Amino acid sequence: MNEQNKTHQRLDYKVIVDMIKPQSRVLDLGCGDGELLYLLKDNKQCQGTGVEIDEKAIYECVEKGLTVLHEDIQSSLKDYSDKRFDYVILNESLQQVMNPRETILEALRVGKKVIVGIPNFCQIISRFQIFFFGRVPVTKELPYEWYNTPNVRFFSLKDFRQFCRMNNITIIKERGIGFNKEIAGFKNLLANFGIYLLEQ
Amino acid sequence: MIKVESKFFTCCEPPNELVLKSGEKFGPITLAYETYGQLNEDKSNAILVCHALSGDAHAAGLHEGDSKPGWWDIMIGPEKAFDTDKYFVICSNVLGSCKGSTGPNTINPETGKPYGLSFPVVTIRDMVNAQKLLIDHLGIKKLLSVAGGSMGGLQVLKWSVHYPESIKSAVVIATNYRHNAQQIALNEVGRQAIMADPDWQKGDYYGKSIPARGLALARMIGHITYMSDKSMEKKFGRQLKDKEKVGYDFSIDFQVENYLKYRGDSFVQRFDANSYLYITKAIDYFDMTEKKSLIETFSETSAAFLVMTFTSDWLYPPHQLKQLVKALKTNDIDVTNIVIESNYGHDAFLIEQKEQTRVISPFLARIKKERTW
Repeated sequence: MNEQNKTHQRLDYKVIVDMIKPQSRVLDLGCGDGELLYLLKDNKQCQGTGVEIDEKAIYECVEKGLTVLHEDIQSSLKDYSDKRFDYVILNESLQQVMNPRETILEALRVGKKVIVGIPNFCQIISRFQIFFFGRVPVTKELPYEWYNTPNVRFFSLKDFRQFCRMNNITIIKERGIGFNKEIAGFKNLLANFGIYLLEQ
Repeated sequence: MIKVESKFFTCCEPPNELVLKSGEKFGPITLAYETYGQLNEDKSNAILVCHALSGDAHAAGLHEGDSKPGWWDIMIGPEKAFDTDKYFVICSNVLGSCKGSTGPNTINPETGKPYGLSFPVVTIRDMVNAQKLLIDHLGIKKLLSVAGGSMGGLQVLKWSVHYPESIKSAVVIATNYRHNAQQIALNEVGRQAIMADPDWQKGDYYGKSIPARGLALARMIGHITYMSDKSMEKKFGRQLKDKEKVGYDFSIDFQVENYLKYRGDSFVQRFDANSYLYITKAIDYFDMTEKKSLIETFSETSAAFLVMTFTSDWLYPPHQLKQLVKALKTNDIDVTNIVIESNYGHDAFLIEQKEQTRVISPFLARIKKERTW
């Protein structure tokens, strides 16, 4: 997990934990330090597996008593049979993979449900920055400059909804987070983070 | 540091010999072993540690009068990865070795002479079967974990497949699920070095001149494969040995030459050439895909796995063991893996204390807590 969206981190975990039924089997792709999986194991008695590419984060996961695989998200999914997990989580990781479409479809293959957490690159503050300053936005939630960002895909919540429609993916739930709270309406304008419960 | 001593366990006395993988029956068998820590009342805290090619039962602590601790002392002891305040750690010398267990330099009770080449060719499976008899003898029904690096890791894999009901977890480090061509090739060069030494005398050298040059050469080759270009460059560079400039002769010029010579010569003092042949052969015969695919091989396994490799290990590169991780994942086995950044090459598992401890220690704690059956 990267540093971006640190402010709403607790909140996005809370939203995701709420979405998951107790005792589920969960695969967290790009699990970072394993905090979310730890919460799921602790609060919902879930059986979790993490996937993470950063060696330092692996130690933190193992120290939390988690099962974790040191590998990249895309190749990791290939080894699993269909619908192996109740939930596959892609929280703050989709914007960093080269083939997001393939990754989501693979996640939907191995998971009965998929939870995706994505930063909204078209939140109002970003729009202001582009419009008034004529520069690529740098915000509290998306703190990177163009030359050092780990993000390789830039999209909005609206883009993501359209993507789901085009790929016959059902959005069961959509939750938005912005200004450190849940956003009920105008999410694509006000939320800087969107969390989706998906099914196919 | 704790003072320890080796113990001995003898089994498979005729007519109850061990049936080897080759079909041959063999006995009696003595295994040298050491234990560290206390076995708890319900015997649920035992961990078997398996050693590598030239290792022995002396994994930790000090022998009386010795200044050098056991080969994995960085990992085994109070508050270490294999915490002897919590766990009962066992290490036994493998069948075919020369460090107290029955091997080619053991006296054959039938002839009163060392076995030499009449010692049967043993496999990793046979080594593990003998270890199982020791674990039974100690009254342990289920091991909390079996752990090992290099050839030790091969033994762990055999344990997990052939005695799945006897282990709760497996710690597999810097090894492979089968010996591949390059690994066999390197072992074969070592064997040829020994067998080309006239003093080898078809293995019948006991009490005579030993094949010291051949064995030293085998060890020199081995040592190169245990390091990495980076670790060698850092340790030796082009430094000269006790001279200002190169000698323009074939004496030792470079530090690295001197180091290898020292390593080779000291190995001859502590290891038997025939054991080197037998054990490297056992390693080369190792193949978890011999009868079935890797995925099918592990289909009956129930242990939780911890698989560790090191970035600069070119003898057992991480991508090979990744195949094992994939097979375990496919079988829905609880597997954790990590590729540790290290410059120490294959030897990293004997050196990288901090990183390995950070993974092994919480892994074992989890197994102890969660796998209570």
